Amino acid sequence: MKLSGRAVVIRQDDVDTDVLFPGQFLNITDVEKMTPHLFEGLDPSLRDQLVGDTALVVGSNFGTGSSREHVPQAMSASGIRFLVGKGFARIFYRNCINLGLPPVVAPEAVDAAQAGSAIELDLDSGIVTVDGRTFPFAPVPSFMQEMFRAGGLIPWVRERRA
Amino acid sequence: MARTLAEKILLAHSDVDDLSPGDIVMVRCDVVMTNDISGPMAFRAMEKMGAKTVFDPAKVVVVPDHFVPAKDTRSAELQKLLREWSKDQGVAYYEQGRGGIEHTVLVEEGWVVPGSVIAGGDSHTCTYGALGAFGTGLGSTDIAACLATGSFWQAVPGTIRVEFTGTKGRFVTGKDLILAVIAEIGVDGGTNMALEFVGDGAETLTVDERLAVANMAVEAGSETGFFPADDTVADYLDGRTDRPWTAERSDPDAEFARDVRIDLDRLPPLVALPHSPGNVVPLDQAAGRPIDQVYIGNCSNGTITDLRQAAEMLRGRRVHDRTRAIIVPASQRVYRQALAEGLLDLFAEAGALVSAPTCGACFGGSGGVLAPGENAVTTTNRNFRGRMGSSEAGVHLANAWVAAAAAVAGEIVDPAEVVGAA
Repeated sequence: MKLSGRAVVIRQDDVDTDVLFPGQFLNITDVEKMTPHLFEGLDPSLRDQLVGDTALVVGSNFGTGSSREHVPQAMSASGIRFLVGKGFARIFYRNCINLGLPPVVAPEAVDAAQAGSAIELDLDSGIVTVDGRTFPFAPVPSFMQEMFRAGGLIPWVRERRA
Repeated sequence: MARTLAEKILLAHSDVDDLSPGDIVMVRCDVVMTNDISGPMAFRAMEKMGAKTVFDPAKVVVVPDHFVPAKDTRSAELQKLLREWSKDQGVAYYEQGRGGIEHTVLVEEGWVVPGSVIAGGDSHTCTYGALGAFGTGLGSTDIAACLATGSFWQAVPGTIRVEFTGTKGRFVTGKDLILAVIAEIGVDGGTNMALEFVGDGAETLTVDERLAVANMAVEAGSETGFFPADDTVADYLDGRTDRPWTAERSDPDAEFARDVRIDLDRLPPLVALPHSPGNVVPLDQAAGRPIDQVYIGNCSNGTITDLRQAAEMLRGRRVHDRTRAIIVPASQRVYRQALAEGLLDLFAEAGALVSAPTCGACFGGSGGVLAPGENAVTTTNRNFRGRMGSSEAGVHLANAWVAAAAAVAGEIVDPAEVVGAA
């Protein structure tokens, strides 16, 4: 499974889901109404960089805090295809996988990426390419590969119930 | 084979014969909980999974608590949806006025027993570790899978053994213990880990104090955090639940990823400064900061124990002119207990505002959000930038004694100074 996108970079560590999607908007349930609030407490101008297929490049412990799924849902709906990070907080990481939005841990790739870098992700070979330079990432467990291929937890469960 | 308590619980709730940290297993839930934020999105996802009914109505509980009482029409619509869905599905539902904050309600109402697995659509589901349960916070799609199938996927965590030793000081509470742990291991130190709280300093904690400790395990990035069950838990559960349980603990020779020791004899009250729960300093280093609002409540520290501590500071005293104090009992039971003990009148007499049980302003929802430039002391669990309203406001996390003392002094102060014990 291969994905590609232009980099949008959030370099800080420990970026929490409150700044990514502030609590006052949590009573929004339609994803198209979530996207205008993505990154609201961090840097709303980041939204302007989300043009076409995007690779979100992030620091360590990204997505710490609340379980709010509004964050990865709004990311997917805004054209973010995958995330490359130094590390992810657990619930955010789970939510991404469940929505079929791959998060991979590749610290050197994060350091190499600049805003606008061309990034390719090869989940099968475990390689992320940043402007032509390749970096290996920790192998994604087969269970998660299966989830990505299914398109997320919803189709994964539906297939098993059928 | 020697196992940790986390491994024992997950083994008992999965179909595998063996497991070790890093393995991904499907885990069966004893209870699935959701609220007015994660619920509506989960119900929609459950339908998309092809499930019309929940896997077992007796194991599902719904608690509206975040935008409660409804702060606007959209929130009211979500709560209406929650109410109707719960009725249609035949699951337990705690209406406003009969419940409160979800985690407090589930503990009080006997849903939580040692060794059980509870999946909740809220990151502070780890609170149930106070009673020795494996409570884990999940997003809406995970909760949908739990509602549809009764199971979620889980990577088996390693375990950090946190040993509390000694006796805590006069104005030190469970809040300070967990802030000390977060300061020690960092806000991501618990990633892929469960925290197991042991030691003589853990065994002497009351259930309310353990709630505060387990609640903030997630603030260290942990999968969950728990106290092995003991007599304190048994006494608490006596007459509260019919659910069967047995007290288990990690085998003595089990392999721990890390050992952390916190010496309570040397632990002062702590404060987490803006804008991270890991930005922890001893109380004296935060003293003197002027405070606009004090907020005592939430799923970590809105218990009757916390309200009694606040009352100790506010009894016969007034909230400072420049400060407002908002007190939020975590549940209807806590509210009524405080009422019976005269605490609510004491708070009103002191010039504090008593709110209905709700998540309220803790997450910036309603009922006490902050303006730019304001500073607050709260007994809540997160002080991220903008968490309680304006991104230009500062939230200081502390225990209820420290918070109430700040209400009296109008600035962060040692509670001993307020009661004249210094």
